[in-house]
Amino acid sequence: MAIHSVVCIKQVPDTTQVRIDPETGSLIRQGIPSVINPFDLYAIEAALYLRDQFGGQVTALSMGPPQAEESLRKVLGFGAARAVLLTDRAFAGADTLATTHALAAAIRRLDSEMPVDLVICGKQSIDGDTGQVGPGLARRLGYSQLTYICSLDKVDLEARTITAWRQREDGRELLEADLPAALTITEACNHIRYAALPDLIAAQTMAVETWTADDIEVDRAQLGLKGSPTRVKKIFAPQARQRGEMLTDNSPEPAAASTLLLDRLSERGLIGDA
Amino acid sequence: MPEVWVIVEHEGGQASRVSWELMDVATELAAALSARPAAVILGEGARALAETAFSYGAATAYVAEYPALTPFTTDPHCQVLSALAREHQPAVILLGATTRGRDLASAVATDLLTGLTADCTHLEIDSETGFLRQTRPAFGGNIMATIITPDHRPQMATVRPGVFPLPDANPEASGEIIEPGKKLDKQLKPELDPATLPVRRLDFVPAGEAVSLAGAKVIVSGGRGMRSGKNFALLEELAAQLGGVVAGSRAAVDSGWITHQRQVGQTGQTVRPVVYIAVGISGAIQHLAGMQESDVIVAINNDPDAPIFDVADYGIVGDLFEVLPALTAEAGKRRTATSAGSAER
Repeated sequence: MAIHSVVCIKQVPDTTQVRIDPETGSLIRQGIPSVINPFDLYAIEAALYLRDQFGGQVTALSMGPPQAEESLRKVLGFGAARAVLLTDRAFAGADTLATTHALAAAIRRLDSEMPVDLVICGKQSIDGDTGQVGPGLARRLGYSQLTYICSLDKVDLEARTITAWRQREDGRELLEADLPAALTITEACNHIRYAALPDLIAAQTMAVETWTADDIEVDRAQLGLKGSPTRVKKIFAPQARQRGEMLTDNSPEPAAASTLLLDRLSERGLIGDA
Repeated sequence: MPEVWVIVEHEGGQASRVSWELMDVATELAAALSARPAAVILGEGARALAETAFSYGAATAYVAEYPALTPFTTDPHCQVLSALAREHQPAVILLGATTRGRDLASAVATDLLTGLTADCTHLEIDSETGFLRQTRPAFGGNIMATIITPDHRPQMATVRPGVFPLPDANPEASGEIIEPGKKLDKQLKPELDPATLPVRRLDFVPAGEAVSLAGAKVIVSGGRGMRSGKNFALLEELAAQLGGVVAGSRAAVDSGWITHQRQVGQTGQTVRPVVYIAVGISGAIQHLAGMQESDVIVAINNDPDAPIFDVADYGIVGDLFEVLPALTAEAGKRRTATSAGSAER
């Protein structure tokens, strides 16, 4: 008995450095380093943890430009046995719906080669921030849908179920789901391991497989920009708030600055009659 | 008549605040589309909630109380919603961008093969095309994007709680309750056998404390500069004098000084209080994304170059361990004076 997990990862720009070109209004991506989406690291760890507990295999899957191979190689270094990169112009410009079509088709192929028990994703990417691909994959594949998982409780391979805690705004709920299931994992789920040196060395000689749209069974009309119902109409810099009054410029003492602040707030009727 | 739907999120008949915030948005969008705002309420207690939905502006309430819908799990809710949407063809479907709303919306949009825009902070109807213009932050709040779904219906969006104000309720308002018709009922029933649900809820553990950051008028928020969880008592004291609640940045949550329920920012809550006081918070873009809609921002930090000052209406540069007691004492003095004054009158 063993578990085959497919971990979906995304190579993303380090979003803290992404800006808009004020001249052209387009995104400046040049010179911005790419990283594995940080939330996906928790998904990778969850998959490796389950492999360590139950045996089996971790397969890493990503869709992106050829450079995303670098991120998949890192996942091989963490201990994944296989890595597949979906890369093709046909995938370009995909929104979350078109992305789920491509990834689901790839997972179906992986499943036909070795039955898949779990698809594991990070809770969201840091560039798109939507959190829609994980649950979209669950629905597309007909797998049990478990999002915002903050703790794995148990896997019963006889009964073919997984039990896990899901984070909600008002608490946590324990869910039991039939396998196969698609999970999205939060940062509370685990601590990320460091890649072991032998794995890192081995990863250098392992190949990241590259699949194009021809390698998966999918309707091309559902891929890329063509298969995306949403269109980005415009992008713009968030409206900047104005830097206001530095109270300590004229009233450096804490007591004087406090008095001034409370004067300002009550002048504007913001405090005082709670 | 076309409709704009709000999917009401509730637990045992207790609706979450964001559902009614959305009812106000839906009413506005419906007016621009000459459409009708409608609420969709699923699960035990749905019927009773319809009246509340009417009071917040819904003209119609779709209700279904199949046993499989309680407690909430994604699959049966998705089945019913997708079926209702196929039958009634709403122009727009809105959900709260909560852990449940984002989960459910993704599943429904996948079923309906339509566009879904997450975490919207602004919604409007394009007067020329009639398309829903959905504006949302991306890249951690560094850019804003306006997104449309031109050729697919319904146009689906999740909206962050706390971004739109809660409308005033009109208890006199009434509307029409619609339950699944015979055909739909016959189609759905076999799919909704409580014994064969793919996901079962076994347990629920409520968060140790109920914190309502969404409704707070004053929020006093602490970050890395607080140095320890113990020091959050200083924030509690100030909040008590101002009638506010205490929150924190991701750094404070990661350090274990406060609970995740109190986290403000990209991975926490969005808040829009009247006054937001950021104490020892440098002002990372992810934090700003959760609080920059506040009416007034006050920043207290010992680093004059901290980015938080760039968005603050009032800035105090100084050692927070000196500033906080001074501010609390001054606020306390004024409070005593006010209550003494009103006692005389």
